[in-house]
Amino acid sequence: MSSASSTTTGAAKPSSTRDKPANKWEAAADWTDGRLGIYSLAKANLRKIFPDHWSFMLGEICLYSFVIIILTGVYLTLFFKPSMGEVIYNGSYVPLKGIGMSEAYASTLDISFEVRGGLLIRQIHHWAALVFVAAMLVHMMRVFFTGAFRKPREINWVFGFLLLVLGMFDGFFGYSLPDDLLSGTGIRFMEGAILAVPLVGTYLQMFLYGGEFPGHDIIPRFFTIHVLLIPGIMLGLLVAHLILVFYHKHTQWAGPGKTEKNVVGMPLMPVYMAKAGGFFFLVFGLISAISAIASINPIWAYGPYRPDQVSTDAQPDWYMGFSEGLIRVMPGWEISLWGHTLNLGVFVPLMIFPLVLVAIAVYPFIEGWITGDKREHHILDRPRNAPVRTALGAAWISLYLVLLVGGGNDLFATHLHLSINSITYFVRVGFFAVPVIVFIITKRWCLGLQRRDKEKVLHGRETGVIKRLPHGEFVEVHAQLPQKDLFKLTAHEQTQPVELPAQTDENGVARKAGALTRTRAKLSRGFYGEGSQIPKPTAEEHHEITSGHGHH
Amino acid sequence: MSHDMSEEKLPESHGSAGEVAEHGNPFADPGLPAHEPRRTDIDEKAASRAERQVSLMFVISMLATVGFIASYVAIDPDKIVYIFPLGKVSALNFALGLTLGVALFMIGAGAVHWARTLMSDVELPAERHPIEASDEVRADVIEQFKTGAAESGFGRRKMIRNTLIGSMALVPLSGVVLLRDLGPLPEKKLQETGWKEATETKPLQLVNMNTMQPMKPEDVIIGSLTFAMPEGLSTHDEDFQQRIAKDALMLVRIAPDDIKDDKSKELGFEGILAYSKICTHVGCPISLYEQQTHHALCPCHQSTFDLADGARVIFGPAGHPLPQLKITTDEKGNLVATGDFAEPVGPSFWERAR
Amino acid sequence: MKKLSARRRHPLAALVVLLLALAATGGLYAAFAPADKAQADVAAQSLAIDEGKKLFAVGCSSCHGLNGQGSSDGPSLVGVGSASVDFQVGTGRMPAQQPGAQVPRKKNIYTQAEIDQLAAFVASLGPGPVTPKEEQYTSTNPEDISKGGELFRTNCAQCHNFAGQGGALTKGKYAPSLEGVDAKHIYEAMQTGPQNMPSFPDTTMPEEQKKQIVAFVRHTTSDEPNPGGLTLGSLGPVTEGLFGWIFGLGTLIAVAIWVAAHTTKAKKS
Repeated sequence: MSSASSTTTGAAKPSSTRDKPANKWEAAADWTDGRLGIYSLAKANLRKIFPDHWSFMLGEICLYSFVIIILTGVYLTLFFKPSMGEVIYNGSYVPLKGIGMSEAYASTLDISFEVRGGLLIRQIHHWAALVFVAAMLVHMMRVFFTGAFRKPREINWVFGFLLLVLGMFDGFFGYSLPDDLLSGTGIRFMEGAILAVPLVGTYLQMFLYGGEFPGHDIIPRFFTIHVLLIPGIMLGLLVAHLILVFYHKHTQWAGPGKTEKNVVGMPLMPVYMAKAGGFFFLVFGLISAISAIASINPIWAYGPYRPDQVSTDAQPDWYMGFSEGLIRVMPGWEISLWGHTLNLGVFVPLMIFPLVLVAIAVYPFIEGWITGDKREHHILDRPRNAPVRTALGAAWISLYLVLLVGGGNDLFATHLHLSINSITYFVRVGFFAVPVIVFIITKRWCLGLQRRDKEKVLHGRETGVIKRLPHGEFVEVHAQLPQKDLFKLTAHEQTQPVELPAQTDENGVARKAGALTRTRAKLSRGFYGEGSQIPKPTAEEHHEITSGHGHH
Repeated sequence: MSHDMSEEKLPESHGSAGEVAEHGNPFADPGLPAHEPRRTDIDEKAASRAERQVSLMFVISMLATVGFIASYVAIDPDKIVYIFPLGKVSALNFALGLTLGVALFMIGAGAVHWARTLMSDVELPAERHPIEASDEVRADVIEQFKTGAAESGFGRRKMIRNTLIGSMALVPLSGVVLLRDLGPLPEKKLQETGWKEATETKPLQLVNMNTMQPMKPEDVIIGSLTFAMPEGLSTHDEDFQQRIAKDALMLVRIAPDDIKDDKSKELGFEGILAYSKICTHVGCPISLYEQQTHHALCPCHQSTFDLADGARVIFGPAGHPLPQLKITTDEKGNLVATGDFAEPVGPSFWERAR
Repeated sequence: MKKLSARRRHPLAALVVLLLALAATGGLYAAFAPADKAQADVAAQSLAIDEGKKLFAVGCSSCHGLNGQGSSDGPSLVGVGSASVDFQVGTGRMPAQQPGAQVPRKKNIYTQAEIDQLAAFVASLGPGPVTPKEEQYTSTNPEDISKGGELFRTNCAQCHNFAGQGGALTKGKYAPSLEGVDAKHIYEAMQTGPQNMPSFPDTTMPEEQKKQIVAFVRHTTSDEPNPGGLTLGSLGPVTEGLFGWIFGLGTLIAVAIWVAAHTTKAKKS
């Protein structure tokens, strides 16, 4: 049969001129390549170079905890019933026997007590979620303080930021699902927050809850949002984030042989396959071990949710803590006008909450505008070499921490024997004062470190050897830094402040700079002007000192 | 240092790295340093020791997985054991978690140890290419785009363009319309509570949340705290959660001389004051009542109300006092309400009229 | 105690000690001086009341007045009942070290017999809640735990936390932890409403329900296992977040440092 058809096509040749595969593995790869083009893909990526540094693995912690959350989350959906129908509990947990509760809560109890290993998976899911958001925040701070967000990576910074925000909210929705006393309190808070929105608040509340709080719809709806909508968007963003990381190639620290035009490190195959692949198992293993030894969200102890019951220490998970702080320390302002009420006590924190996040998200674009730098940057800044940026980042973190203290004010009060009222007053003042103080201190600190670097480059490092000079003076012997260190300490560029364009044009006619231009020039002076960086040592200075060394 | 390491296999040390260039730029890039071998690169014994270590980790992982399965089969889920310093914990959770943890961690540790000791650690440079396309590519793409746009006639045939934009702008509205049935309109729902059933002629009894019985004034003593709901409501009702989210009451009795607010005194009965239990900030059940100061604190955001002064806000983020329900007694001497709250309970909203 | 030792080197410490000594001397004087003439009128009363009065005169009258009528330093004890005395003295709150927003629990310095005598004396001043008998606060029905749990979440958890760990009140006051508190004392606290705690009298919370709450609290704070592992203080998400950062992310970063670090190079020794 086949011979007959081949004779009709005459001299048709096999379409591939490739050599015979050496073994069945090569054959399988050839087969796949013929359909997916894997060889071209692998050519670019199999020996892709990744630089080695612990801080470059923070993103991997995020990625792996996300994978862990998906795996354990799928398992949990097999047993969880997102329903608010009432049942009477009759499981093995004695202190709740005979109590009426929602099916959502009862099924979470069953996962914890009846399903073997269910408690472990629940705890892994929740611990991984806490670690996920924490790692995202630290990862983002690493990118911020090293200037890794600069061109060409601004869009990837935005993707990462969106992942952080979505991660926070998905965590909050997950926390709301078991319908225990704590999670119900969170849903109640959400109701109050939505009601505080002017004009449309009551409509939004009715549509979201399917009627009055709590209704029967909110948990099924949150379930879909928690397991499908948000994770779906996150997965898309995550893939885009990773593709861009591959496409841009990783940034690297300054060092001998490292330039803006190369990336120095070890190849994906085999070193990073083993290191990064192995790190996934390390992360998963550690989170499993933590879930074996430490309890998280013991929903059985909280009891089922009822709108007339509450426990003190009602807090959200840590990543929502700063918004909790905002809402706790806000004074109770309320405006009543023309038969309408504007609940500023809730609405103002509700607006500051996104502002705090957006403030850090837009920073790369602001810095890019101020510097006007259109070049690509692949060598990381040491935080000290960008004092204003570092100080702004530190101020942002301090604001975040002050608000976290506000969010935990009751526990700070009981455990440090303080008054809850004084802590709240402190946070109200600290919200404005602490970031300013931290900004000033951090900036001066960075400048001090820059001075020390300059000193080291020009005068060498202190050896600890004390020498007595002929005339009796004692001096410490300084040793010249090796070439690689001299290079490393002077590799950074120093941005110069932008100049205002000439106030008159070539004909002598006054040409006023616009407000934006003037703002930009002013900011640029603040960022890079005198007092914001220490000029780095020049070759001439170095020559002068090293050649003059003998005369000392 | 290992005793069996042969000195002669070691490379010469790179002394040149620290020398300062005498001429030209003292800060010049000295270039990638030469690769220095690890002990496992030059000492076969060290290498095979590393190999054994990696394999041992993988073997431990296998054993841990066997332990995981054995624990799953053998340990009763109700079994509680005392483990120092954790306390009394579920034996199954502890065993499963630790064995799974070890099984996973050892795979990772083995792989990383393998990479660190046995795989090449020569650092290689790879070239970067600018992300931006070259000018020729850019010009070519723009040309192609212009050709495509011209061929479509999108810019020329304005009617097509405008109607397309119109239809695309309208079609998402279907999706928005579909959301209408997510919930009912607010109407007056937030303005009233279950107490609205009460009238002067047909009052509603206050039912004690503990006993589920009506109360007499003498039951509520000074300094005590009691929670109540309207008669006719049962915890097993379909809409109990919605009802109690607005109807819940907090009953306190304050010596009439200590009540600073006359209106509040009038709404109460012989010093018994019935306040809404729902915080006016965001709706937590506020009930941290300090009977000596008469302050009630909300555990969620610390709004503090002075119950002796008409539940005035004295601290925290709440914007207005807790609503107070007018109470009296019926012919049997039970505490009753004769109407709804004078204002909406719970958190403020836009349509709320003071 | 920790607070005390931290503050004893304070410049004002000497002054405080001096004032305390003066107050104690004055108090002792106030306690002893009128005791002689009061002795005569109580001959008819029972021995317990008599003994209780003597103890009261020594330990309590400086603040509460000789006949428990109260003073600027302490409230009247007429009508507080024997249960109040048994709670306040039995948990070591009374006699107080110093008047303040809140008198903390401390080591009890009286024997139960002495407390009973004091209680008998105070009960004789006016009717009030009576010290409960053992069967009133000891539950034998296992169902009481879950019923008590529901009552606890309605009436108690808002201040004392879902697991009885206590919590903050206004201006430095707090609801104490219920861990290690005797069943009797929990019962008496509900009966009498000590300090800023409101009372839950039998008229609104019947005896049976108090017994159920006691059963739940005892179960939760002492017998209840923590299936998931360390409770982290049963304080909710704050301590969990702290633990997650330090032991979760902290350990992972430590591991990352190991993964990314260069392997030690072989060097000529």
